[in-house]
Formats: sequence, structure tokens, C-alpha cells
Amino acid sequence: MTDYYFRFTLGQRLMHGLLALSFLGLVATGMPLRYHQAAWAVWLSHGLGGFRVMGFFHRTFALLLTLCFLLHLGQVGYRLWGRREKGILWGPDSLVPRPKDFQDFVLHLKWFLGLGPKPAFDRFTYWEKFDYWAVFWGMVIIGTSGYVLWFHAVFSRILPGWVFNVALLIHGEEALLAAGFIFTIHFFNTHLRPEKFPMDLVIFTGRVSEAELRAERPSQIDRLTSEGGLTSLKTDAPPLWMRNFGRILGGLTVAIGLLLFFLILLAVLRA
Amino acid sequence: MATLVSKRRVVGKMLGLLVLLLLWFSIQPLRAQPLAPEVCLSCHGVAGLDKARDGKKISLQVDGQAFARSLHAPLGCGACHSDASAVPHPPELKRVDCSACHAQAATDFSDSVHGKARENKDGDAPGCAGCHGSHDILRVKDPSSKVYPLNLPRTCGSCHGDPDLAKRHRIPVANAYQLYMDSIHGRALTRSGLLVAANCGSCHGAHRILPALDPNSSVHRSNVPATCGQCHAGVVRTFSAGIHGKAASDGNSKAPVCINCHTAHEIRRVDMEDWKVEIVRECGVCHAQSLRTYRDTFHGQVTSLGFTRIARCSDCHGAHEILPVSDPNSSVAPARIVETCRKCHPAANASFAKYDPHAEPANRTRNPLLFYSSRFMSGLLASVFVFFGLHTVLWAGRALLLRRRKAARSPEDREPPPAGESSPGEEEKQ
Repeated sequence: MTDYYFRFTLGQRLMHGLLALSFLGLVATGMPLRYHQAAWAVWLSHGLGGFRVMGFFHRTFALLLTLCFLLHLGQVGYRLWGRREKGILWGPDSLVPRPKDFQDFVLHLKWFLGLGPKPAFDRFTYWEKFDYWAVFWGMVIIGTSGYVLWFHAVFSRILPGWVFNVALLIHGEEALLAAGFIFTIHFFNTHLRPEKFPMDLVIFTGRVSEAELRAERPSQIDRLTSEGGLTSLKTDAPPLWMRNFGRILGGLTVAIGLLLFFLILLAVLRA
Repeated sequence: MATLVSKRRVVGKMLGLLVLLLLWFSIQPLRAQPLAPEVCLSCHGVAGLDKARDGKKISLQVDGQAFARSLHAPLGCGACHSDASAVPHPPELKRVDCSACHAQAATDFSDSVHGKARENKDGDAPGCAGCHGSHDILRVKDPSSKVYPLNLPRTCGSCHGDPDLAKRHRIPVANAYQLYMDSIHGRALTRSGLLVAANCGSCHGAHRILPALDPNSSVHRSNVPATCGQCHAGVVRTFSAGIHGKAASDGNSKAPVCINCHTAHEIRRVDMEDWKVEIVRECGVCHAQSLRTYRDTFHGQVTSLGFTRIARCSDCHGAHEILPVSDPNSSVAPARIVETCRKCHPAANASFAKYDPHAEPANRTRNPLLFYSSRFMSGLLASVFVFFGLHTVLWAGRALLLRRRKAARSPEDREPPPAGESSPGEEEKQ
């Protein structure tokens, strides 16, 4: 029987689920405004029950995503100051970029062009780190501008009104960047590229097989073998229900995301 | 003697006069005594009395009862058909000439678009009878009259609801009747029976209807405010004081008058959702740039989706009383802008009002920070998508190439990969 190793904890998987749910909700209730001239936007906004209802759900999902963000910050804070895990700030277990990521990137490009072997990735690849930080700063920027717009009456006491012009622009542009990036680049890098197609279930099961780990992240498995941390991550194969759960939920998420991306693309091309 | 002679002469003269009088009265029945309608109807009251004129069969039957009810019944037949004074009358009678009595109406009519058309032998154009009826003619105030306010639209509509007729005569509005009947005026008239509701004649006049392009027409652009103002006096007063009204009265042909925003025939209630949405686009027909910048804001996005509980053009600028921002009385003038924002945003203050509801990201002088933010965001989006787009394309190409090579190779045939190819680890990956 193949050995499996934990990659994501249950908490991290739930967090990703919350993130994905609120993100889809925000895109679905926000993009109709940005692409108001498209027929689907009119249809969707009326189908959802009007712009007030749409606004209500947009704010609800925003609160959910804010909760997600704060929980994550709390978790990072706890691991940093509570459990003294200095490793999350620097090193192979950290999401902070380090020189190896740039080397990996160059090597990866060479591999794309057939000019060298595939780089030996560790726990987090450079594109995964980019995903993380893009989402992190995206949430800060979209969230801040969103709250400024939401509570414009309060913010107008301390900020000049033209800030709302800027906030709306940034909110929309950054949202387009986030949606476009997640629904194409992230989906491809993680799920849709030929090696993973149609879906990498690790974000639902939390586990990867030994063969997959060795092929994808040889540096991590070698490091863990030599450090002796590998056995603590060892687990059973994910049960069938869990894989099916992941397939259904993941398939649905990717499908909705691609649909939204297609609609946005349609509106952009027609504009 | 002399007196006797003179007496005789007087008697003789009187006798002569008497004879003349007797003669006069004796010939009266032969001369101008109008025929009693009963006499005429003894022939013309019979169904099926007709004759051919220009190859077309025309009926000569007259509804005697309708005539008896008509406004002209006391005049009898001969007042209009003056050349039918005796029976039998000539085979071809003259056309009835209404102008003999209705001189002013006839003069007005001859100036009108209908009158001109008839002069040009246009068989479709109505004459007097076309609208008023002939033998059944009634007083305008009679509710059964074809020109009674509540009946007039249907009378006009018998021609102005016919698209084929409109096409034949190049009438610009082909379905004026249908449009009118759906309008607020038409509904007030047909549903509520409001005599004060505008009917066709209220705007176009009755006898002297002129085409809209004629500067003397009551519906010519320059006269439209005055025409509407016959009923909407208060609105026209505010409109005339506004920038549109002033420009229109100065002869600016691009300045909108009532009909440009409200349309001419299909005037709708201004509290209807679809009108509220469409009027924004209507403003944009002239104010294209303002509409474009408005659409970039939350206000404009929401109305574009078809929702109206948000600021539309008129909420800030006013509708009839629009004044330029340079006018201190304008609702968007610096001195009054906060008050205008407060209509929807009760907490608005001077700082709030610095929001630009027509901000232009491309205009550096008007919105410098927005300009740089826009530039930065565009650059960010472009670089991220170009960078990762290329990354993705290269990756997909490589992965597909390797997959095809692997599939082409049989499991036994494990020859080393070509120079510069992937690592051994690559081969194990599945």
C-alpha cells in the first residue's frame, strides 16, 4: 500500500473552503456592477433580487472573507508567538520568498524550454508563494477600499470625497486582477495543468501520496527524511468519500469560477 | 278734379303693387323654396342607391335619422346642396362648400397640411367631412361627435394609425395613434375620460394643422414649450428659466425642448421604472461624456443594471430647472452641492462633496490621484497577466509535449530522453 503524507491540516482546508466560498460570492455579486453593460450582468443582478439584495450578499461575503483573513492572522500570530514557530518566517516551511525561489523560477523556465531538468521544489513553490501573497495583499487592498466605500459616511469625515473615486477604481481593478488570476492562473497551476488535470484533491483531502510528493517536491521529502520529520506526517490514503467530496466541491468551484471568468471575458471583449 | 285724378292714380298704383305681390308669392314655390328633407329622402333614404364615379361605386344613400339628429338638420338639404333645389336635380351636383358659412375654418384648413394635400388631389387627405362627418355632423361638444375630445384620437387614428398610409405619404410618425393611446395623455383620455387630457388637437390644432418642420406649426421645436405650456404652465416656467429653456428660446436648435426628453406621442409617466432608466440614456445622447463618466461610478452602474433607487442625472441636476454649475442657484453649484448630496446622503458634508460623480481616470488635471491610481492598476494588471500568461502557456506546452512523448513510448522501450531533456525524476512522475 502506498504511503500518504499530510500537506494541509483540517483547519487550513476549512480556511481555504471559506476563502473560496466567500471569493466566489464576492465575484458573483460584484462583477455585475463592474460589467453593468453586459446582458448577463442585468440578468444576474435582477435574478439575485436587485442591487440591494446583491449588495447585501456582497457585504455578507465580505464579512466572511474578513473573518477568514482575521482568523488567518490570528493563527499566524499564535504560531509565531504562542508556539514559537520561527520556521514560518524563514526557511523551507515559510511562505516568505527566499533566494531558492528565484533559482527555482529560472530553472523552471529553462525546463519549460527544454533547457534543463525540472527544479527540485520544496514544500512551497514560487508560484504557490505568489498565490499566497497575491491573495494576502489583494484582501488588504480590496478589503480596505471596500470598507471605505461601505462606510463612506464615516470615512468622509476624515477623508476627502475624491478618495471614494480612487477606492472604487482600485476596488474594481484589484477585484478584476484577483478574479482573473484565480480563475485562470491559479486554476491552471494547481488543477488544470496536464500533470494534475482535472483536479488536485490535496486541498480537500489534505494528503499526498509518497510518489506524488517525491515527483513534485523532492527537496521536501529528502529534507524530511534526513531531519526525521517524515513519519509524523504519515497517514492513510484518503477515504473514497473524501475524494468524492473533493471532486464534487472542487469541480463545482472550478466550474463556477470558469463560468464567471468567461462572463467577465465576454464583457471585456464586447466593451 | 285734380284730386280725383290723383286718387285714381294712387288706387291704380296700389292695385298694380298688389298684382305684383300676388305674382311674387305665386312663383315662390317654383323659385327658391328648399325641398323638404322628406322629399330628398324619398330617393336618398333608399338602401342601395348608388352611382359610378370615376369607375368607383359610391353610395348616395343618406341616413335620414342621423341627419335629423345632426346639427345641420334645421337647414335642410338645400343649404349645403344648393344646386338640388328641384326634383329632378342635375345628375352631377357641385361639391358641398362649407366655406359659405364656415369661412374662417375653411381659410385655416386651406393652409393646413391636409388642405394642401387636397389641393394636390390627394385622395387620402381628409376634408371637412373626413373628421366632422357629413350628414351626421354634430356639435364639437356633443359626446357623440367624431371630434369630441374623447373621440378625436380615434378619428385621427383612422389614418394616423395606419403604417401603410404613413409610408405612402411619408408621414414621419407612422403609428402616432398607437403611441398616443399608450401614453399618459392617451390613458388619461381613454381610461379616465379626462377632457383636460391632451388630445391630438390640443397640440396640433384642428383646422390649421401644419407639419412639425414648419416654423409656424404649434409642434415646431420653437413652439413646443408654449404648446405644452398651455396645460403645463408651471413646468414651462421653470424650464424657460433653465439652461435648456434659455438655449431653446435663443434659437439653439440643439437645445432640448419638452419632446426631446418626454417624446412627442408616447409620453410616459415619469415615475415608471423603465422611463427612469431610459431618461438617463436620453441625457447621454447629448451629454455623452457625462454619461460615460457617470457609468464609471456606483450611481451609474446601478442605473445601468435597471435599478432606479439611486442618483440619476435629474436627482443632482434637476429636470426642468437645470442650471449650469457656474450659476450660484444651480443644485450642483459649489454653494449648494452639499445640500444636493444630502437628499440621499444625510450625513454628507463639504468633504464628502469632494467626491467627483463624473470622475475621469484619464484626466490628470481633474483627478490627479485617480489618474495615477488608474495608471498603476492598469500596469499591475497588464504585467501580472502577461507574465503569468506566458508562464502558463510555456508550462502547458511543455507538459503536453512530455505527456505525448510518454504516451508514444512503450513501457519496455525506456531509451534515455533526448539531449537537454527532463530529469530522471520527471520520468517517474505520473
